[in-house]
Amino acid sequence: MTYILRNGRVVDPANGRDAVLDVEVRDGVIARIGANLEAPAGATVLDVPAGCIVTPGLIDMHVHLREPGQEHKETVASGVAAAVAGGFTAVACMPNTSPVNDSAAVTRYIVDKAAAAGLARVYPIGAASVGSKGEQMAEIGELKAAGCVAVSDDGHPIRTALLMRRVLEYAGMLDVLVIDHCEDPTLKGDGVVHEGAVASELGLRGIPGEAEELWIERDITLAGLTKTPVHVAHLSTAGSLRAVRAGKARGIAVTCEVTPHHFVMTDEALRGYDTNTKMNPPLRPQADVDALVEGLADGSVDVIATDHAPHHADEKALSYDQAPFGITGLETAVPLTFDRLVHTGRIDLARMVELLSVNPARILKVPGGSLTEGAPADITVLAPDLAVTIRAASQKSLSKNMPFEGWTLKGGVAATIVGGRLVYRNPAVDGLEGWPTAPVQ
Amino acid sequence: MSGPTPVTALSGRHLLGISDLTPREITLVLDTADAMREVGERQIKKVPALRGRTIVNLFFEPSTRTRTSFEIAEKRLSADTLNLAVSTSSVVKGETLLDTVSNIEAMQPDMLVVRHASSGACEQLARHCRSRIVNAGDGLHEHPTQALLDAYTIRQHKGRLDGLQVAIVGDLLHSRVLRSNLLLLRKMGATVRVAAPRPLVPVGIEAMGAIPCRTIEEALEGADVVMMLRIQLERMQNNFFPSLREYFTLFGLTSERLALAKPDAIVMHPGPMNRGVEIASDVADGPRAVILEQVANGVAVRMAVLYLLGGSDE
Ligand SMILES: [Zn+2]
Repeated sequence: MTYILRNGRVVDPANGRDAVLDVEVRDGVIARIGANLEAPAGATVLDVPAGCIVTPGLIDMHVHLREPGQEHKETVASGVAAAVAGGFTAVACMPNTSPVNDSAAVTRYIVDKAAAAGLARVYPIGAASVGSKGEQMAEIGELKAAGCVAVSDDGHPIRTALLMRRVLEYAGMLDVLVIDHCEDPTLKGDGVVHEGAVASELGLRGIPGEAEELWIERDITLAGLTKTPVHVAHLSTAGSLRAVRAGKARGIAVTCEVTPHHFVMTDEALRGYDTNTKMNPPLRPQADVDALVEGLADGSVDVIATDHAPHHADEKALSYDQAPFGITGLETAVPLTFDRLVHTGRIDLARMVELLSVNPARILKVPGGSLTEGAPADITVLAPDLAVTIRAASQKSLSKNMPFEGWTLKGGVAATIVGGRLVYRNPAVDGLEGWPTAPVQ
Repeated sequence: MSGPTPVTALSGRHLLGISDLTPREITLVLDTADAMREVGERQIKKVPALRGRTIVNLFFEPSTRTRTSFEIAEKRLSADTLNLAVSTSSVVKGETLLDTVSNIEAMQPDMLVVRHASSGACEQLARHCRSRIVNAGDGLHEHPTQALLDAYTIRQHKGRLDGLQVAIVGDLLHSRVLRSNLLLLRKMGATVRVAAPRPLVPVGIEAMGAIPCRTIEEALEGADVVMMLRIQLERMQNNFFPSLREYFTLFGLTSERLALAKPDAIVMHPGPMNRGVEIASDVADGPRAVILEQVANGVAVRMAVLYLLGGSDE
């Protein structure tokens, strides 16, 4: 099947493109990109709505899909439906399922479920240690062979410096990325929110930002020792960013990601004890948020990732200290990024695409990140001026734990195309009426 | 007549914390407590103010002192009362706060007096409950009736709160009594100096209006009121300080140290006291101590709060 996306503003920083162009998709592959392409015989022409942007498919390198084991929170199928509705053509899922994804059997199970769902691509991340317990290294070779693109004990830091060193060396040998959830568990103690004036006032136990910073310094030092890349998950403080910048300046291969909730919310949101503001790392004060936005703008942050962490309403209805950490994020990332970073002039569109597509593809070494002729047609069509009101009830994720209910933001997703198939079409966007009905609505 | 119209009722439906009260509302509670204290001095210690109303004392965390004080207050106001101790361990795993309270609400109480080990639990409940909620202590957050009874006791002795120098010494980090007192005293114009071993000082306590001191001596200097907070014995195991002995040496209230305060300074403690840990026995039993008055005033203040929240129809 052949079709042409006609007259969209193509923003493809990897190929240096930002112009109104046509994109021809043939048999699931990007066939041609150019101005005023002549439609081949039998090709459908899909007019891109005025003002919409055609970008390489967005990639979320940090999500939790909960299957196997916690299907009441999310399944692979519901997770990828949420992903494509959020504009993501691919997601990388963390191994803290039940059982933990520390074996080829679990990895293959996830890969099969993803294939059956047939929406976004799913790249499993294997556990760095058996059961993510921080004791014995997982069979990273086997995990890679089964389809894992990275290893992490996310949810927990990789526990000892010695194990981290070995994992970096071993995974590095296999060209598998190591992602660490950076947090000194001894300094965290029984903290549940950022340690600061707000926590003290509310009587909630604090986690100092330094718990994260110490661990990042450790990991950067070990990445230097082993000459192996390390990726810092959900970085959240100014001090952490300083450490990453210093590491990069020393020539160490350290990359990092920031979540939308950390660049749009502060610990002031804890007032009222809404457990949908409980996440790990915790919401930080304004100075940290400002530093993260600066890092997103100046290139020191590599990736925006959501840390999409679905939890059932019953668990989030517990008291604040007992409720689980985490919020959903797949369906709010694009509106939050547009509204708070692009429309405020903090970053431009090309940088947005770098953060959400180019860099995650490069860091994970997976396809995508560019609209290159001959590459699989993973494409996201963005509607930068769309008024989006966030409603949990209309989201595809099985869980509704997010603190953005009722927020109205400017910018959203128009359509998502994976391997040439239109997998999501936003009914709120005018001008898509002639497009084929997507498999999910 | 000039000046503001007097406040005659609380504006909120609930008493979740001192943070919800204005200075005028605090004064109203204290003035009302004056009248309630008089009830306690009668031979028949009962008024019909809350007759026909049902109050459930819902204690997720045991506290005989606070529960008893509320219970006496409720009975003196002629309310029907029910005590429910919900041990957190026996709460079915995963049962939410709301599940528990929905069951109780089905019995149509008018008010819930709630004690819970988690900060914010009362505020979370208040969002969903029909009943009026009185916070009887939530986690490390607030214990508003304790602060009100402390303020009442201070006002009794000093005639005012405005302009007083108050020293609060002890486990500041884990103390809801500290948080509520700090909020109340600052609202009413008192100066609050605090002292504790550094690991027990909450980060950002200055932002709440306290003046942190390095030593107990610095905090006590010229104080009108000395408020000691309980040290929980298990804190020692968590390395907040090395030993009870050293704690007493560095932060215990002795009569020598108390001499640094004003000659007419009063000594308070929310109880139960660890004698020889936060306070020397001779001070605890000495003429400056108003610790038992605090207990007596607790009933009057709780009567005032219950009366002001539940004494009239909406
Ligand atoms: Zn994590």
